[in-house]
Amino acid sequence: MKKKTRRDFLKTSALIGTAVASSSLHPAKAGPKNILSPDRMGVLVDTTVCVGCRSCEWACKVAHGRSTQPLAEYEDRSVYQTSRRPDHESVTVVNEHRQEESNGTPVYTKVQCMHCDHPSCVSACIVGAFTKEENGSVVWDTNKCIGCRYCMVACPFQIPAFEFGEALRPDVVKCDFCFSRTQEGKLPACVEMCPVEALTYGPRTELIKVARERIRRAPEKYVHHIYGETEAGGTSWMYLASRDFAGLGLPNVGTHAMPGTSESIQHGIFAYFIPPVLLYAMLGGVMWVTRRGKESEHEELK
Amino acid sequence: MNSVHKPQPMTKGFFTPGVIVLLVLAVNGLGFLLGRFLFGIGSVTNLSNQYPWGIWIAIDVAAGVALAAGGFTTAALGHVMHREEYHIVVRPALLTAMLGYTFAALAVCIDLGRWYYIWHPLIMWNGTSALFEVGMCVMIYMMVLYIEFLPIVAERFIGRITLKGVFARLNKPLEALLRALDRGLSKTMFIFIIAGVVLSTLHQSSLGTLMIIAGPKVHPLWQTPILPLLFLLSAVSVGYPMVIFESMIASRSFGLKPEMDVLSRLGSFMAPLLSIYLAFKIGDMVIRESFMYLTEVNTASVMFTIEIVVGVAIPLRMFLSEVVVRSRLWLFVASCLVVFGVLLNRINTFVVAYNPPYAVKAYFPSIGEISVTVGFVSILVLLYRFYVRTFAVISIAKVTPAARAKYAIRGGRS
Ligand code: SF4
Ligand code: SF4
Repeated sequence: MKKKTRRDFLKTSALIGTAVASSSLHPAKAGPKNILSPDRMGVLVDTTVCVGCRSCEWACKVAHGRSTQPLAEYEDRSVYQTSRRPDHESVTVVNEHRQEESNGTPVYTKVQCMHCDHPSCVSACIVGAFTKEENGSVVWDTNKCIGCRYCMVACPFQIPAFEFGEALRPDVVKCDFCFSRTQEGKLPACVEMCPVEALTYGPRTELIKVARERIRRAPEKYVHHIYGETEAGGTSWMYLASRDFAGLGLPNVGTHAMPGTSESIQHGIFAYFIPPVLLYAMLGGVMWVTRRGKESEHEELK
Repeated sequence: MNSVHKPQPMTKGFFTPGVIVLLVLAVNGLGFLLGRFLFGIGSVTNLSNQYPWGIWIAIDVAAGVALAAGGFTTAALGHVMHREEYHIVVRPALLTAMLGYTFAALAVCIDLGRWYYIWHPLIMWNGTSALFEVGMCVMIYMMVLYIEFLPIVAERFIGRITLKGVFARLNKPLEALLRALDRGLSKTMFIFIIAGVVLSTLHQSSLGTLMIIAGPKVHPLWQTPILPLLFLLSAVSVGYPMVIFESMIASRSFGLKPEMDVLSRLGSFMAPLLSIYLAFKIGDMVIRESFMYLTEVNTASVMFTIEIVVGVAIPLRMFLSEVVVRSRLWLFVASCLVVFGVLLNRINTFVVAYNPPYAVKAYFPSIGEISVTVGFVSILVLLYRFYVRTFAVISIAKVTPAARAKYAIRGGRS
């Protein structure tokens, strides 16, 4: 067997070095669409107005072509016995929150995807199946998804649902903010349906102003906080309420944009591939030096 | 030096009572796996919208990849630093890594809802996703491992291809191909060896980055921005114990004497490696003040304590003692503890610590999930046995005048 010379080693190393370096000069512009437009839309949910009629649930199913029982049956209040979560059949649900100590009026909270400004699902999805659209909607692309469920691990609001009973082509299901309807200039189905105008659709910046104005005009009625204005870095859907949000199924997730930490780690490790290339070069160096040591030993032995 | 170790195929029979038990477990696992493909993931697992990931990810993928780290740590020692005395453990570690990664990839595949789209990440990139990075690195590293193993295959078949009948005329070209491959690889192998180390460093750490985006859903005892560093350090520290563990079991099973020399020397690396890991783990806990969660007694605090005390502190103390490192039994016990510690750490980080905001019912793996995982491990052990009987992987002490193989994983036709 021919001994490979140190020259060969250097030559090949240099070759690889240049190849990697030149490819890293043009880092691939990969990644899903993630637009944070100043004109993005949102919805303000005023839970002090909501009467818990659940017609938004019905409208959502109809708008998305899903089977549903007739609207009249939604008046049945026994569903409020248990607290429900959005799942692969209903992407939005309304829950009732009673206050134990007082017999005051219950609060109803509509739950659906928050359409985060810095969505964890968009950042996390392995194939970029989620995108944040210009109008604020976070939508999922069935043609990309591989069903790894990392989006579910990532979402701070525990929103994406998975069709666990589906063998061949399980979907990840969540509210799409009626993306196709809003593209046609229509309102989201739930907003259009709501009989008491508990839901207000509009540009997010306007909604914040509206919410502040409502709190200013009736400070005794509201908790002085807009849930979603800063939560998880800000969300398109925002809530007003008469009592503490944590008791209404809206968890305290902090104001930190969830993907922030992991993205900065990722970018630190992969800054233009420099760290991996440096590591490669360093190991190559060590290999070359220790080899030289061994070779001279061999020569002495001969 | 006139006593050398030359790797060679093991000759002991394949079937033993143990092998039969493994076969039964494997078939049982495959049965449940069939259920998963026919009726969906929900039919055999306890996964739900609250707990989207279970032990298939925590054990088969995360722990599997960590326990296969011996492949790159021994390659770094044997080839990058040219410590030739360790060459005899390089081949077994390489085989473990190759099988380990193959199974991790298969486990990912069965866990994917749409497994037939597993190639999507190759063309649909998302640079911000830690999972994307893990996926890509693991895929490339698996190729590297196969390439590193090729010379062993070539060595087995060079000069021994005797196809019969119509295929007879293929003998010559195949032989030439193998020789060319062997020669070409021997020149370029160092490229793959270094690439393997770099890729391993990257994805071992990124496996830790995976859970960072879950933020407050992961219990503060485990959730920390230095998770990637902790994952890398623990993977590096579990590499050698895993080699020791397997090597001892293999020698026992094939009736060989364990290579105590080399194994003890590997063992002597363990105290420093484990202390670095432990230092970071405790330092992180002190800085984030997460130790206050240890004052309450619940599943999280108990599991964390077991992980740190049994899986890191006790083996660290053991490896510090010369007696342990020299003793066959104690070295084995200490190595087992480290392996256990890292396994538990991965289960803890991905399952025990995962605490979704609206959990109604806690997750515990179903019989189906456990069966599939156990089945996979059994198949892995069986394949290992098959490989070491077919290819020259395990070294047996022999007295021969010269050994000049440059890389032990290279075909030994010098
Ligand atoms: S609530 Fe969850 S699913 Fe909806 S945009 Fe935010 S991270 Fe994505
Ligand atoms: S399950 Fe689908 S949408 Fe969710 S992260 Fe995986 S590939 Fe992306």
